Amino acid sequence: MPIKLENVTHIYMPGTPFMSKAIVDVNLEIDDGEFVGLIGHTGSGKSTLIQHLNGLLKPTEGVVYVNGIKVDKDSKNLKALRHQVGLVFQYPEHQLFEETVYLDIAFGPKNLGLPEDEIDRRVTEAAGLVGIDINALKDRSPFELSGGQRRRVAIAGVLAMEPSILVLDEPTAGLDPRGRDEIFWQIKELHRKKGITIILVSHSMEDVARLVDRIVVMNKGRVELTGTPAEVFSHADRLLEMGLGVPQVTSLMRALKDKGMDVPVDIYTVQQARDVLRKLLGGSGNA
Amino acid sequence: MLKDITLGQYYPKDSPIHRLDPRTKLVITFIFIVIIFFVRYYTGYLYVLAFLALILALSQIPVRHVLKGLKPLLFIIILTFLINLFFTSGGTVLLKWWKIEITQEGLRQAIFMALRLIFLVTGTSLLTLTTSPIALTDGIELLLKPLRVIRFPAHELAMMMTIALRFIPTLLEETDKIMKAQTARGADFESGNLIQRAKALVPLLVPLFISAFRRADELAMAMEARCYRGGENRTRMKVLKVEARDYAAYGVALLLVAAVLMNAYM
Repeated sequence: MPIKLENVTHIYMPGTPFMSKAIVDVNLEIDDGEFVGLIGHTGSGKSTLIQHLNGLLKPTEGVVYVNGIKVDKDSKNLKALRHQVGLVFQYPEHQLFEETVYLDIAFGPKNLGLPEDEIDRRVTEAAGLVGIDINALKDRSPFELSGGQRRRVAIAGVLAMEPSILVLDEPTAGLDPRGRDEIFWQIKELHRKKGITIILVSHSMEDVARLVDRIVVMNKGRVELTGTPAEVFSHADRLLEMGLGVPQVTSLMRALKDKGMDVPVDIYTVQQARDVLRKLLGGSGNA
Repeated sequence: MLKDITLGQYYPKDSPIHRLDPRTKLVITFIFIVIIFFVRYYTGYLYVLAFLALILALSQIPVRHVLKGLKPLLFIIILTFLINLFFTSGGTVLLKWWKIEITQEGLRQAIFMALRLIFLVTGTSLLTLTTSPIALTDGIELLLKPLRVIRFPAHELAMMMTIALRFIPTLLEETDKIMKAQTARGADFESGNLIQRAKALVPLLVPLFISAFRRADELAMAMEARCYRGGENRTRMKVLKVEARDYAAYGVALLLVAAVLMNAYM
């Protein structure tokens, strides 16, 4: 099992008046090549959970296994793990620091101690994956770029390490709708082309529904629900109770059902909704 | 982890000491510091100790927590003790070994100095333990207000202190975040020699500076947008009021002053 969390609990600042339990007794398994969406309310423990995946945080209790590497509260020297798990934080453009775009993307591979030509290959490939024209931009300062481009450069900086597991924390927060669609499309392409495991943290139910194979819902530090988008979104009441929503088309289907129409409620993409509505209208002879 | 650094050392509780006016606490701490230097006999320290014990009991802060604050200063306290012990002459010689001699006066001086330091540190840390940094700056601002006559910018100074304090946790959090992001990209902040370590800080410091400037800019704009203008005629949300318990606290402090002075000079 490539990623496995066993009874993982994490407590911040234990033994002080500021102590807080961020995640409690989490059990979770993620397969190779899966595309998983992690959703949850602010403060539900999503960020804490993903930081356990590459050893930035160690569990207070419990064990994390990633590709056979074991992480518990006494683990040391987790460099090998960090090379396998790429972590893109929220607003990753805030971590840019180098003088040029090229050097910034090359920071990760350089830390891996790779030879110059391999670094060059990786920088070019990573930039290509996020749609950055490296030949045009490589000598520019990252701070001259637009917000969306800076975001891409920062994501490329993580991709250049060629992780086998990629974790993205709200990669499209603060971007305009077009920038958001482009980044999501590129992530989807990346998953399709390279077959790596992707874990996507997001608030947007539409985006998660569209992209992922499986959804993990967190609430108050616990894993509350997990399953395919259809399964998870069929629990709309529970999601609403947790302060989360369902995709708009799912809400529409539920509203139609409440009005007495014969429609399924496990619909979560516009495509599916269209097919269902067509059939419904066609069947009753109104189309 | 950086997150574990508590700001100042404020220990949130709802005790009579926490509720005292910050000005009262500042003034009493000042009196306390001065009075420690008036103690001349060991018995004088009993009064000081009783005063501290009373505050500690009322403040509901665990003694262990206060003593923990002494730990970083242990070295200085011991050093002071030893220097005074060996380099003060006078009185009968208690111990003589080679060129070193310990005199009665030396021993007394050493114990006095060590006790003074310990009381100083505990006394002042009781102030910061029971007063939030924001309340503290409020108190300082009001205490410095009379200096307006010599054009001392008390309000501006207090505002700067408040903003600086307000941004310490934000910047710490930011540092933590950037550090994690760079660690995730394979940066190494912990190994290597001094030069390598200093170099490793560049990926941390550049983004941190940029974000600090951005935040300062945004804050200035936000204050400007809400029509912030300096000190004149400004009213405050939390008006500090001297209440009965403040007079009681002054009373106890005066009792300490009287007791110590009587012990020393009568």
